Amino acid sequence: MTAAIVVEDLSKRYELGELQRETQLRDQLVNFLRAPFRRHAPKEIIWALRNVSFSVEEGEVVGIIGRNGAGKSTLLKILSKITFPTSGRVRTRGRVASLLEVGTGFHEELTGRENVFLNGSILGMKKREVDTKLDAIIAFAGVERFIDTPIKRYSSGMRLRLGFAVAAHLEPDVLIVDEVLAVGDAGFQKKCISAMQDLRGGGRTVLFVSHNMAAVENLCSRGIWIANGGVRLDGATHEVIEAYMGTFSSPGSTASDLGTAEGRRGGGEIRYARIEFLSTEGELQSFVRAGKGIVIRLHYRADEPIERPSFGLKITTELGTVVTDTSTWLHGLDIPRVPPGDGHVDLEIDSLNLLPGRYLTSLWINSCVRPHLYDALENAVHLEVEEAPIYGSSRPIDSRYGVVFFPQRWRLEGIGAGSPIAVSSAANG
Amino acid sequence: MSEWLSEVWRAREILYFLAWRDVKVRYKQAVLGLAWAVLQPLFTMLIFTFFFGRLARIPSEGVPYPLFSYSALVLWTYFAVTLSQVGNSLISNSSLITKIYFPRVLLPGAAALGGLLDLAVSSVFLVGMLLYYRISPRWTLLLTPIFVLQTVLLVLGVGMLLAAVNVRYRDVKYTIPFLTQIGLFVTPIIYPVTFLPTRFQGWLALNPMTGIVDGFRACLFGGHVDRTVLACSWIMTLALLLVGSLHFRSTERVFADIV
Repeated sequence: MTAAIVVEDLSKRYELGELQRETQLRDQLVNFLRAPFRRHAPKEIIWALRNVSFSVEEGEVVGIIGRNGAGKSTLLKILSKITFPTSGRVRTRGRVASLLEVGTGFHEELTGRENVFLNGSILGMKKREVDTKLDAIIAFAGVERFIDTPIKRYSSGMRLRLGFAVAAHLEPDVLIVDEVLAVGDAGFQKKCISAMQDLRGGGRTVLFVSHNMAAVENLCSRGIWIANGGVRLDGATHEVIEAYMGTFSSPGSTASDLGTAEGRRGGGEIRYARIEFLSTEGELQSFVRAGKGIVIRLHYRADEPIERPSFGLKITTELGTVVTDTSTWLHGLDIPRVPPGDGHVDLEIDSLNLLPGRYLTSLWINSCVRPHLYDALENAVHLEVEEAPIYGSSRPIDSRYGVVFFPQRWRLEGIGAGSPIAVSSAANG
Repeated sequence: MSEWLSEVWRAREILYFLAWRDVKVRYKQAVLGLAWAVLQPLFTMLIFTFFFGRLARIPSEGVPYPLFSYSALVLWTYFAVTLSQVGNSLISNSSLITKIYFPRVLLPGAAALGGLLDLAVSSVFLVGMLLYYRISPRWTLLLTPIFVLQTVLLVLGVGMLLAAVNVRYRDVKYTIPFLTQIGLFVTPIIYPVTFLPTRFQGWLALNPMTGIVDGFRACLFGGHVDRTVLACSWIMTLALLLVGSLHFRSTERVFADIV
């Protein structure tokens, strides 16, 4: 078995000072004249990747998981030869196609057909290849009627479908995919996943980065967990996913869990310490039921007095669709001053109309008076919504039926009552 | 080096598609379409003819002044406009550079290629002018593509150098219009080389476009051309091409990080 991808001791360093360095030649000259011998000390060094090593055999489908900021995208960029390692080596065998974004190179003024050729060529297909696959690509995207219209007239969904259709018809030896499943509606995501499943047969090597654990579990035989720029775990998908999910806090857990959460950003002057789910009577819950009232209590600790903060919370599905994004600021609440010490804010939801399933919660605290982030925890907490007789029937209800439900009822009195509208062709009046 | 060249050769279709994209986008929804390719040098020629040809009475070596200036403007317009496009080719395609890999040199290459269409259109008008002024064709007409090639190489050399520097220092893009403005006057477009006092003529030869424009005009109208000027021009062109591509290649690795 030959190795399709070999990564040896890969490291990538970014100097934050470089990003802020003078981008105007005249400013550089002025600085130089002021202090000719002063070396420009970099503000901060970030190791996006540190001594990463692994190899992937031909035909393996590997899922790469990890928190945001762990280094997954940097790894993919290096594998795609977009950026170069600071040290270490990468070797790939065969034609490599990277999907870091859907519709790379799309130009608004060109028609769908023209963009298929452009995008296909950039992704590595020869014109002849695109010619033969053109009809299949258009059919996959479902844009036959609009294929000769400039894509600036397309909806974002159509653009996405077209971009993915081109990518789905690539036939590389090695395919690298970066979270492109995170966008698009549920129907589109299902289509993408089944396209990926088709890609699996055929000895193709696939490297797949995603936050969608269900998709990773489904498609990949092996998982690599990247954390803080290094490989944390490398093994059978199921085990790696379980270990990874174990680091997410669950409601009701102790303060230390949120305290050591990975991928945490922000200044830290005030931080979330703990999250609790309470019933409307104030009792601690370890799970929540669909349709019930709930209080989300966010405990914080402030190291100094904080002026006019805003507390925010976001709930997303596992696939990344945002269900709701709320904050004290959005509610017009002004919090003049938070004294140093511990405390909590409560979010009272009258009725949690989420269908049963697993959701992720993100939290943040930012300032209303200046652009400053105090604390941000992306996808830090699980939210398990349990089943409940939502519609008063004993029929089982789960996430197949959508994301939210509304208080509702069906009325059947109109059955067999005839139609009030006369069926005539003079309907233009 | 050879593997880089073979990589570029394998990716040549992308070059074509990028150039095609630029041209298509330029002329979509443009009512006058390709006519713009002629209008710019044409109007410049008319203004020059009035101010420099008629009023200032600048000599034009036996050739009618409009033809004299237009023939040089055909090449100069290509150079000036394309230099700006090549110089900005990396910045304007920053989203491509950060998302997908292909040999980065295709971006300046596509910009240089795209400009050739405009050149072709303005050349057609030049042929029309030659016929109008009853200039008898010479065998040297067949040599004109050599000067076009030289212009392409020059614009690639200078352009790649500027493009690579522009990624890091954004004010480079402001120097390009400035350079082309100066270039218009230090190249014998408005005037023939002989118009200058002899002690300055040598300096003019340092400008690679001098040899190109002079040689191009000589191919069309006959007349003497100084071989040392031509040689100087080729040396400068190749030197700039070398410097430009070397610098481009050495900074290529960090484009995606800083663009």
